[in-house]
Amino acid sequence: MSGFIPHTEEEIIQMLNVIGVNKIEDLFLDIPENLKTKNFNIPDGLDEIELEKKVKNLAKKNRSDIINFAGGGYYDHFIPAAVDVISSRSEFYTAYTPYQPEASQGTLQAIFEYQTMITGLTGLDYSNASLYDGGTALYEAIAITVRTNNRSKVIIDKGVNPLFRKIVKTYSINLPLKIIEVDLKDVYTDREKIKELLDDETAALVVQNPNFFGIVEDFEDLFIFAKQKNISAILVFYPVSLGILKTPGEMKADIAVAEGQSLGLPLCFGGPYLGIIAVDKKYLRKMPGRIVGETIDKEGRKAYVLTLQAREQHIRREKATSNICSNQALCALRAVVFLSLYGKNGFRELALKNFENAEYLKEKFSDIKNLKIKQGQTFNEFTIEIKEDAFNIVKELIRKGFFGGLPAGLFFEDKKNYLIISVTEKRTKDEIDTFYKILKEILKG
Amino acid sequence: MKTIFENSIKGRKGVISGEVNNDLIKKIDEKFLRKEELSLPEVSELDVIRHYINLSKLNFSVDTEFYPLGSCTMKYNPKVCEKLASREEFLNLHPFLSYIDEDSVQGVLEIIYEISRLLCEITGMKKITTQPYAGAHGELTGVLLMAAYHKAKGNNKKYIIIPDSAHGTNPASAAMGGYSIISIPVDKDGNMDVNILKEKINEEVAGIMMTVPSTLGLFEKNIKEIIELAHKYDALMYYDGANLNAILGKLKPGEIGFDIIHINLHKTFSTPHGGGGPGSGVVGVSGKIMDFLPVPEVIKENEKFKLNFNIKNSIGSVASFYGNFQVLLKAFIYIILLGKKGLIKVSEVAVLNANYILAKIKSYYDVPYNRICMHEFVLSARKQLKNGVHAIDIAKYLIDNKIHPPTVYFPLVVEEAIMIEPTETESKQTLDEFIDIMIKIAEISEKEPEKIKQAPLKTPILRVDEAKAARELKLKCDI
Repeated sequence: MSGFIPHTEEEIIQMLNVIGVNKIEDLFLDIPENLKTKNFNIPDGLDEIELEKKVKNLAKKNRSDIINFAGGGYYDHFIPAAVDVISSRSEFYTAYTPYQPEASQGTLQAIFEYQTMITGLTGLDYSNASLYDGGTALYEAIAITVRTNNRSKVIIDKGVNPLFRKIVKTYSINLPLKIIEVDLKDVYTDREKIKELLDDETAALVVQNPNFFGIVEDFEDLFIFAKQKNISAILVFYPVSLGILKTPGEMKADIAVAEGQSLGLPLCFGGPYLGIIAVDKKYLRKMPGRIVGETIDKEGRKAYVLTLQAREQHIRREKATSNICSNQALCALRAVVFLSLYGKNGFRELALKNFENAEYLKEKFSDIKNLKIKQGQTFNEFTIEIKEDAFNIVKELIRKGFFGGLPAGLFFEDKKNYLIISVTEKRTKDEIDTFYKILKEILKG
Repeated sequence: MKTIFENSIKGRKGVISGEVNNDLIKKIDEKFLRKEELSLPEVSELDVIRHYINLSKLNFSVDTEFYPLGSCTMKYNPKVCEKLASREEFLNLHPFLSYIDEDSVQGVLEIIYEISRLLCEITGMKKITTQPYAGAHGELTGVLLMAAYHKAKGNNKKYIIIPDSAHGTNPASAAMGGYSIISIPVDKDGNMDVNILKEKINEEVAGIMMTVPSTLGLFEKNIKEIIELAHKYDALMYYDGANLNAILGKLKPGEIGFDIIHINLHKTFSTPHGGGGPGSGVVGVSGKIMDFLPVPEVIKENEKFKLNFNIKNSIGSVASFYGNFQVLLKAFIYIILLGKKGLIKVSEVAVLNANYILAKIKSYYDVPYNRICMHEFVLSARKQLKNGVHAIDIAKYLIDNKIHPPTVYFPLVVEEAIMIEPTETESKQTLDEFIDIMIKIAEISEKEPEKIKQAPLKTPILRVDEAKAARELKLKCDI
């Protein structure tokens, strides 16, 4: 016996004797012989040295040295070393869901602090212990509103991340839910069109800030308008931007959701990420997922415990608020450590630095004549319009070592010449200058 | 312990960052700016490290304690998987890169392609989608696939059949996907009651969701008959892979007629649970469901890995990209490390360990279904209850003995259920210690039940007032 199975042959025989069977195969007699598989074509195992070589080879087949100017909802932010140290702590990452509070105060308190920080960030009343990712969090937010006001129509601005919108549509394929997506006016939210569409069958209005093209807006007036018609206001936000930008709470959103990847999670080819949701108090009991509450133990000491479990699937089964049975606990832990490290001032400075870098690149771009920057307030991401298909330009940039942005044409057929560029705090002046120079050459501007 | 906010000192910061031009804020119109103060703590890096390391010490974990938590497969997580999956070449990859230049991401696409192929071979399914983030998410994906299949065939289906021993996620996922539930009880041997199934099944049934082995830790003896019955009504068979750890190399759900399966990579394929996530609930399908899978899928053409966005009747996407990629990667490393023999051994020893414990303690506890079990089994604390000792008391007493409790009060069909799953990575010595304590608990329950009921006494906190938590909601720190 080897690897992760500690038994010696002798021990196995002793154990079989205790059970009262002759061989291990006798333990599988309940499986009818004709159902057992005849084939199991899995390659032979490797030793740790061979394994390292194989995985290293696979790792090398990726261009991970590319300098990122692409965002699209997933950003190349710096991650302080302390984040990895905490999340690679065995007691956190090899623990189970904290159903037994006496054996899980560490995870429970960390989530409690996470909930606190998310409410602080968003200006809304409550957060849960996290969901899978931004897109699934958006669906859950919509489901809350549909359940609450028994309406079946949802209005989604096309400034909302197209990946999120796709998830929402997929989730609703077998539900009596009408998803109406509202075209943008160029890259800007069409407020008049949205107002026309908000009627008494509408459960929720969903907009995003900054939107997919990087445009920053204030949706307060639109949300007030919606709420006068008893329509719930859902805002998709970008966590790092809230270091300086108006909060979902200040905009009078009822529910705010986000992809939390920017809070200390590596890009890692799509996951694991973090679904953030925060709600106004009136939706607390409709919110899906785990929630940690503070209470006391038998001796009156402060203690944390999973609470409001009567909403959840293991109690309510088909009547639960959602089928969700996990959270991205370790990712939420990374977020809470990340937010603690930056803290009140550091997080604001982080946001400012992002803004500064993007503004710097914008300024540089102003002398490229074959390039037009989309007007409007932006944060760390903005859209340029060029004369060629942006997809080809990005391909060329990749060859030169830069992931130079996200071609909008991937998601918007009429915007093939638009390139969405993001500049985080991680980009040095040197990288930005070089990127500018190379793009200028390619565009012959 | 104090909260991180209580450690806050005005002016402190835990990161070293460059200069920022504060005047820049003036470039942004007031109406776009946050007015409310940012309520985050102000702490140093050491403050943060000490706080969270000390918090970690309040947790049980697989690396520090035995975790015989039924249905959750808390096996040891090999460190080489963690190490290799944390290479920079993976962590730094922007997922959108794959949408533009597949050449830049051949390694990760190969990993997704290969783990899909391996999981198809392990489960007997035709194709895999790696998108689902967790078991319940896989279930929902499966239910959406069912809906798409029936829609394409013009079938009018309204119900999903689920045994009453199933995980709560099954009915919740079915409802979330737009179906009503028909619940079927288990018979006296712990199998789904086929006679009742025959009465209840009809043309409007979209599918049957089964956990095999069942949540009672038993192999479903009538499985073939159930599958044939389902297919007669064009109902699809869904395999909940929560208990796949019992049957690697023994049985392939796809071969015996299952149409859709989800696999909890964080259980059978040993990726860590992370205190409740992230996991992975990849979904496999048979030939007739292939055309409905989410996009994009990774394909191989002329020795190159590519994305295919054109699946004829695709349901769309259930995740932003390819699911929890790093979790897939850890599971991939685990599978190629263990290989064929290693994987077969996993199930054999998992089943051996469970039966060994069962054989040793069954005379001390009520065993509702006294059969050879698979990788886990269910006891009832009915005997102990006569002296006032509940399953939860036994759980808490185990905590005092540095053992994470088994799953209690599940499955719901067993009164005072205690569900034990030792997994294959635990040694005979660990099992023997657990057995001794379980026997001791049974004995103390007879003579001094109060001793069990008081537990735990050695933990950082004692039993908590859950009613107070729910009644006087406090869901965030005082700041």
